[in-house]
Amino acid sequence: MKPFGKHSLLGASGEISDFQEILHYLDELILYDNMWDDGNSLGPKEVHNYLTRVMYNRRNKFNPLWNSLVLGGVKNGNKYLGTVSMIGVNFEDNHVATGFGNHLARPILRQEWHENLSFEDGVKLLEKCMHVLLYRDRSAVNKLQIAKITKEGVTIHQPYSLKTYWEVSAFENPAQGAIGSW
Amino acid sequence: MFRNQYDTDVTTWSPAGRLFQVEYAMEAVKQGSAAIGLRSKTHVVLGCVNKANSELSSHQKKIFKVDDHIGVAIAGLTADGRVLSRYMRNECINYSFTYDSPLPVGRLVVQLADKAQVCTQRSWKRPYGVGLLVAGLDESGAHLYYNCPSGNYFEYQAFAIGSRSQAAKTYLERRFESFRDTTRDDLVKDALMAIRETLQGETLKSSVCTVAVVGVGEPFHVLDQGTVQQMIDAFEIVAEQEGPAAEPDVDSGQEASAEPEPEQGAAAGEGVAPMDI
Repeated sequence: MKPFGKHSLLGASGEISDFQEILHYLDELILYDNMWDDGNSLGPKEVHNYLTRVMYNRRNKFNPLWNSLVLGGVKNGNKYLGTVSMIGVNFEDNHVATGFGNHLARPILRQEWHENLSFEDGVKLLEKCMHVLLYRDRSAVNKLQIAKITKEGVTIHQPYSLKTYWEVSAFENPAQGAIGSW
Repeated sequence: MFRNQYDTDVTTWSPAGRLFQVEYAMEAVKQGSAAIGLRSKTHVVLGCVNKANSELSSHQKKIFKVDDHIGVAIAGLTADGRVLSRYMRNECINYSFTYDSPLPVGRLVVQLADKAQVCTQRSWKRPYGVGLLVAGLDESGAHLYYNCPSGNYFEYQAFAIGSRSQAAKTYLERRFESFRDTTRDDLVKDALMAIRETLQGETLKSSVCTVAVVGVGEPFHVLDQGTVQQMIDAFEIVAEQEGPAAEPDVDSGQEASAEPEPEQGAAAGEGVAPMDI
């Protein structure tokens, strides 16, 4: 995750080196935007569209940036949350996810998200989603990091760990019912 | 005269530090028919005088829509103006496609000015012979800019260019302080009155002028003849009751135009090098 500009934050999953490349493009974009030194600035919607163009054009050249991007921001009181995939599919919604999150987390969010979630409730909801994902990914770590964007700006909190419980009876002696050489 | 020695191409300086070709290009602007622009906090109005060559022909198009939030009025070589409008439209479309957002007019104006500057520094080019009044919106509200053939640009509260524009400028100078907070309709009325000043005695009819408006919540569009004629009739009646408007007095030598907030520092010495205005 990385904040950029005054109003926004970008998160990605996938190839981290490609993400770093994208951050490089964004740094240049924001720099040129600031160099105009006028009252205008690129907000999250503009950057989202720019990234969509980049991702889609790379996909057309059969040389994609292997990332799923999540972009959020608040500008002039307007909240924005959007996503771009590595093939350039983009949309904005009240909740977005990458990869398996689309299959496991979004149904939970569809049920439990509502307009007036407080920050603490929002974090709890996200932690619930992360738990679900964590239990089902053999290569996941139980660490996560929360970022908050309001009209005051972006704050990224320190990473912290989720508690997990593995003492489920079904996991004891897993080979118990197995027949054969396995 | 002295001038003729150093005015062959645009890349030759005169001993007095002037580029005569650029100044001649500004003359072309002064010869074109008048165009005026004025703005309030939320709206900008552009107006121009349309003179057809003969009864048989149509008049030249001098006001162009560049995007929903930007429009331009030109004076001078209309062919150059058309080409520059196409450039502006292209820039706006490209920006909209990449960022899904309207191009801030301040940035477009700078790009236009830089394009004009290139033509003052290449021996195989000539300056654009057209002055542009760019009206548009950006995040900070409504703006009116004037782009010169020299590559300079200024922001104005109200301005007039072209032939007999001094009369309009004098009228605008008298009234510009009220423009900021005025209503959209009053702004259009003021524009029509300013156009009338440039006609100097001729009757103001909707067939000789064109008016366009852009504002917050109102995309750029040219007002149709019927609406314009209605507005003219409305205030002509009032004007008759009040008596004729004050005579336009031509200030000798002074080209001071209403500019409480110039974007680029206008040179103090106005008499020496006209291109710096």
